[in-house]
Amino acid sequence: MSPLTYIFGLPLVTALLIVLIPRSYKVVIRGMALLGSFIAMCGAICVFVNFNHAPVVDGFRYVQKIPWVESLGISYHVGVDGINIGLILMGAIVSFAAVCISHHIRTREKEFYILLLIMSGGILGAFASLDMFFLYFLHELALVPTFIMIGVWGRGENKNYATFQITLYLSLGALLLLIGLIALYLQMPVDVRTFDIVEMTRYFKANSIATNAQHLIFPLLLFGFGILVSLWPFHTWAPLGYASAPPATAMIHAGVLKKFGLYGLIRIALPMMHSEAQNWMTLLSWLCLGNILYCGLVAMRQRDLNMLIGNSSVAHMGFAFLGIASLNVIGVTGTILIMVAHGLLAALTFALSGYVANQINSTKISDMGGLLKAMPYIGAVMIMAMLAGCGLPGFASFPGEALVLFGSWSQFQLITGLAIWGALVIAGVYMLRAIRNIWHGDRDWMEVSDAKSLWRKMPYALLLAGLIIFGCFPRLLTDNIKQSLPAVFPSQTMVAQIQK
Amino acid sequence: MNLSTISLELSVIVLALGIILIDLWTPVSLKPKLGYLAAFGVLVILAYTFCPSIDGGDYVAFGGMYLHDGLALFFKRFFLVTAIFVLLMAVEFAERIRSGIAEFYALMLFALTGMMFAASAHDFIMVFVSLELITVSFYILVSFQRYRLGSLEAGVKYLIIGAVSTGFLVFGIALIFGSANTTNFTNLQALMSTDAAFNNVTGLGVLLVLVGLGFKIAAFPVQIWAPDVYQGAPTPTTAFLAIGSKAAGFVVLVRVIFEVVHPLAAHWNALLMTIAAITILYGNLCAIRQGNLKRLLGYSSIANAGYLLLGIAALSQAGSSAILYYLLGYLFTVAAAFIVIIVVTRETEDVSELAGLNQRSPLLAAGLALPMVSLAGIPPLAGFFGKFLLLKSIIEQGAINSSYYWLAGIAIVGVVISLYYYFGVIRAIYWSKNPADLSPISISIPMKACLAICIAAMLYLGIYPNDALKNADRATAQLSAPSSAHASR
Repeated sequence: MSPLTYIFGLPLVTALLIVLIPRSYKVVIRGMALLGSFIAMCGAICVFVNFNHAPVVDGFRYVQKIPWVESLGISYHVGVDGINIGLILMGAIVSFAAVCISHHIRTREKEFYILLLIMSGGILGAFASLDMFFLYFLHELALVPTFIMIGVWGRGENKNYATFQITLYLSLGALLLLIGLIALYLQMPVDVRTFDIVEMTRYFKANSIATNAQHLIFPLLLFGFGILVSLWPFHTWAPLGYASAPPATAMIHAGVLKKFGLYGLIRIALPMMHSEAQNWMTLLSWLCLGNILYCGLVAMRQRDLNMLIGNSSVAHMGFAFLGIASLNVIGVTGTILIMVAHGLLAALTFALSGYVANQINSTKISDMGGLLKAMPYIGAVMIMAMLAGCGLPGFASFPGEALVLFGSWSQFQLITGLAIWGALVIAGVYMLRAIRNIWHGDRDWMEVSDAKSLWRKMPYALLLAGLIIFGCFPRLLTDNIKQSLPAVFPSQTMVAQIQK
Repeated sequence: MNLSTISLELSVIVLALGIILIDLWTPVSLKPKLGYLAAFGVLVILAYTFCPSIDGGDYVAFGGMYLHDGLALFFKRFFLVTAIFVLLMAVEFAERIRSGIAEFYALMLFALTGMMFAASAHDFIMVFVSLELITVSFYILVSFQRYRLGSLEAGVKYLIIGAVSTGFLVFGIALIFGSANTTNFTNLQALMSTDAAFNNVTGLGVLLVLVGLGFKIAAFPVQIWAPDVYQGAPTPTTAFLAIGSKAAGFVVLVRVIFEVVHPLAAHWNALLMTIAAITILYGNLCAIRQGNLKRLLGYSSIANAGYLLLGIAALSQAGSSAILYYLLGYLFTVAAAFIVIIVVTRETEDVSELAGLNQRSPLLAAGLALPMVSLAGIPPLAGFFGKFLLLKSIIEQGAINSSYYWLAGIAIVGVVISLYYYFGVIRAIYWSKNPADLSPISISIPMKACLAICIAAMLYLGIYPNDALKNADRATAQLSAPSSAHASR
């Protein structure tokens, strides 16, 4: 058995076990959820550390393959390479942190932890799986609890609207994607049809798909995955959805689940339809500018902390898309770094804002101010997170964004210029303004308490440590990515780049 | 004439007559328990289908009117399983029937016989007789709660629209016989494949037959009865209509389209696609505003008929095997939903009656929430893989005719709309405000067992679809093959 099976299977099995526990045993339920996600995280760390020692099969490590539905060519196939190893590590850390910070949930704990574990297990499985069917299946499995959690444990007066908006929007995106994936599968001749991503990539590199089929399938994948990552102008579900979601759900969705779309583009759309991808990248680059500038400007005007974080998270996705749009090794490496960095960052900011909102019973920025005196630890971590959000060197977002900008400069000078402006000026303005309005000031707080015990401080420290470690040593990720990315691009582009 | 060829159907008839006879000597208080006897009898017959004499091979009987093949056997088992669930539901429902409960069981068994004959029908006369056996039994079953106005209204509506569509069916068969001089599927198939010229009268005849079949599966434009009848009929009858009667319509439809008129059907794909698309949209759009749970399931059943028609419109083996798989998932999904409706709701059957169900009984809450999730097509339940197969089968045809892509688009629009009302039911179960009644609900052991089986089957079919899909593929493998290959017995 591959350790990957345990990493994503453990949260799912724990969820199943919690079903059997009576709901009055609250401590046991929370304890099991913590234990399950903790072991999964340890497993992910072990896999990450030992990554280079594991044997390689077809460019992947820790591979396991079991036939599942023979007549359709579906198999249970998991494995990691440089592209998804970072995501699995990040996802496991965020999942554990999300369980840790959920101690404030006081209603229907049993269902909450079951759904939370299904979310984290599902998305870790989607990242680990090398079979297109399971990739979709497990992502969808993780997506649906999101909707229910927003509906039941969500906050704010627009909760119901947000629930239905995010449900219908994301389901539409996922179904478009499903049609695209099925159409892609049907491009193979009947006798070799398989959902195995490794075999499909190999086949489509040798026999490229007919051009008119690519014209149809690529946009389905691009916009199907794009809706899931809140690509402008399909991003409107994101800020309100995150603002209404309970913190743990927002952490896993914004941090981990949303990266699925980018991962799918890098894993499926780019390698299998490379020639068609080139036709769409100019459009995509303008759309990312929509994310970076439009959502950045919207974030500047927000008076609600969660809406601000939600919009800034959408804005960050613009950089990730820009790296993909540049369609070269440097840009895509940057995208993968951003995916890992933003996962940790988004999880950290949503966890902190959830903590603040629980303390002062409001998410309006105007209700805050001077909180740093009352909450020195939370405040300090939040300020660091916000600075990381502006792309400050030393945090993991910086190398990612820098690489994306290097990569895209060779393709789109104007857009890169505007994106840099958006990153430095707009993000700087709203983040610094938020820091001033929330943490500084002379307001006195009485009933507000900081995260006191070491145990309560730990999840935030864990996420921050991840941000700083990958910020200072991005080679931990890039060395692995370097081994695997050539497989994404056809050999000619590689040659062309080396010649440059 | 060899009666052993129809031993399955005969044993169901004997069982039904036996129930009526035993009823004469049963004290009133024990009469509802006859349902257990009937269900047990059906279970024995189900076990009998695995005997080598039934499972062994294909054969044709009664001068080519009756065909026993993989498809027929698949559907016969399907109907038997459905009947077990429905009979057990009827026992649970017995106190609301008031009188004649034994006849209620017997009529269900007669309808079951009709369905089993329909699965084997290989001649339009046989199709007519078996469908009438089903429909006439249902006329009575629908209006069985004579003291309830709603039930009587449903019975009248079902009777009128049923009679009209039977008229279409008979007229269609008459046209076919008049122009082709045969009603046998094998002969018609031979005629269709040799006579390349499009025969207008035969074609019209088959189209009219399709109208009659559309009534059984509740497809546009003869879907209009479904919501009223689903709402008014006694709940076990509704469940039997939703699962058994629909599947009976589909098995005949699959045979007619794929076996008899396959060359002709290629001209009709635009028609089939339009009907599928309208049925999906009609069912889903109308379901949005429904407050009555059974009515909601009525519209959802129309929508599901639309999804199943995708497999017909695809006109491929993948499409027909997807239909079989989808129906199998649909069986357990809908059975679970109706079990919960029978146990929980009393008078109004309103969605609001579900408030606080999760506190009253977590098993019942899961027993209704999981079917909603499955019907909405969400993994890891059976509904997801079924929709996946149906979508795959039509996208596969998209390479030949690009309007199939539009059909796939309409199907996903339908799925997204359906999420809204299915989630509405889940919301009522889990997080409705101020539930009126929080008393725990007691569930009888057979109902508990049925629910557990349904939930397990939904999960099994969704997570490991391999075995079910293999069976469906095997059952549909020889559909387009010439049926003269079957041995006569």
